[in-house]
Amino acid sequence: MKHETVEKNVGLMIILVIVAISFGTLVELVPLFFDKQVNEPIAGLKPLPALELEGRDIYIREGCNTCHSQMIRPLRAETERYGHYSVAGEFVYDHPFLWGSKRTGPDLARVGQRYSDDWHRAHLYNPRDVVPESNMPAFPWLFDDEVDSSRTADKLAALRMVGVPYTDEDIAGAAQAVEGKKEIDALVAYLQQLGTLLRTKR
Amino acid sequence: MTSFWSGWVIVLTAITLILTTWVLVANRKRERRDSERTTGHVYDGIEEFDNPLPAWWFWMFALTIIWGVGYLVVYPGMGNFPGVLGWTQVNQHDREVAAADEQYRAMRDRYLALSIEEIAVDPAVRKMGARMFGNNCAQCHGGDARGSYGFPNLTDNDWIYGGTPDAIKATLVNGRQAAMPAWEGILGDKGITEVTQYLLALNGRTADSAQASEGEKHFAAYCAACHAADGTGNPMLGSPNLTNGIWLYGGSAEQIAHTLRVGRNGVMPAFSETLSEDKIHILTAYVYGLNK
Repeated sequence: MKHETVEKNVGLMIILVIVAISFGTLVELVPLFFDKQVNEPIAGLKPLPALELEGRDIYIREGCNTCHSQMIRPLRAETERYGHYSVAGEFVYDHPFLWGSKRTGPDLARVGQRYSDDWHRAHLYNPRDVVPESNMPAFPWLFDDEVDSSRTADKLAALRMVGVPYTDEDIAGAAQAVEGKKEIDALVAYLQQLGTLLRTKR
Repeated sequence: MTSFWSGWVIVLTAITLILTTWVLVANRKRERRDSERTTGHVYDGIEEFDNPLPAWWFWMFALTIIWGVGYLVVYPGMGNFPGVLGWTQVNQHDREVAAADEQYRAMRDRYLALSIEEIAVDPAVRKMGARMFGNNCAQCHGGDARGSYGFPNLTDNDWIYGGTPDAIKATLVNGRQAAMPAWEGILGDKGITEVTQYLLALNGRTADSAQASEGEKHFAAYCAACHAADGTGNPMLGSPNLTNGIWLYGGSAEQIAHTLRVGRNGVMPAFSETLSEDKIHILTAYVYGLNK
């Protein structure tokens, strides 16, 4: 095929460009869709209960993931500070995942059970009260606003459609489980379970 | 990866390498055959020579392909083929951790063999302890270990759960869970005010003596079980001394009354799952040594 033929036939060129660039996707991405290591949950992983799921949505709404990653790389400097490196099986129920790539604040992949609930509340109300040099914003409204329970069941149902194994009872009881809870309760519940399945001494 | 997907990756990667090599070689012109020859494009009288790719440019392409092949031989990339080095990011991590372990083991064992009291004054322990404290403890207890509202000061020689080396170590290893119940339902507003006044009197502060003497009765009935009859507390139960003017949740009359009303359930997280024995030992010594 002559160079000139390709250059002068837009249709043919589009097809060849697609073929050329699809090799990367086919090699790097497609096998992962079928890889056990990526698709199978690690031992003990359960879908987030309704309150923690709402907490996760508040985490996303407030943009926590723009400054906090949830991905500990297998480097000693990181595992020494944060704990066991993250593995793919921890995230199979995350839609979307919140790995992030920017750390203005510390990584939160294993923040669960690291501090007390009281600390999280004090810290989210005003980070400077417990960490004087912190530049994290304060989130005082979380203490006033109640979780919106009207869409909780829908959220669980939607996640079930993409493969998160919620039961009918989970979905039926979802709204009731978050009814009347403050947003801070949901967010702290979410944070306190992060990464608690893999713990190593360091 | 199953062998199907491994094969998939190997075949497609090989095809990519072959195709890029073919595109590079098939389009190569060794030398310009006719210095006057152009591509035939003419735009506003501007023509383009049809010259070969400069040799350095061609070799850059060729080198990247050679580099790629070399990489796939040495490192994992071709499906399940682990590469001749057998490298993975996890085994590199484990090697680094093992090397660090090896490097520090002698020092660690030396400190572990010594008592907390002995190493608490060791300058190296104080330095390491300060680092570990900064990473694990300072978020609650503050960089200077002086605590803040709801998080105890670790430098004032006042210990809720005891200040012996063993008690401090037990606090670090197992964590602590305070259990001060809410008294609003039992004492009522009046009772809360009276106990508050009694506590102020107990600390030698201005208090309404009539209310305080009523409060003393409530105290004997409800509070003395944990905080002792004289209010000096009991480290076994984690009930603080209420007579020394140190207040974890604030010492104003309003703050004391609030604590009585809603109760307090401060939590110290357990570090047995997070920190190794030697680090807990050094941290214990560091915290113990803050109180000399």
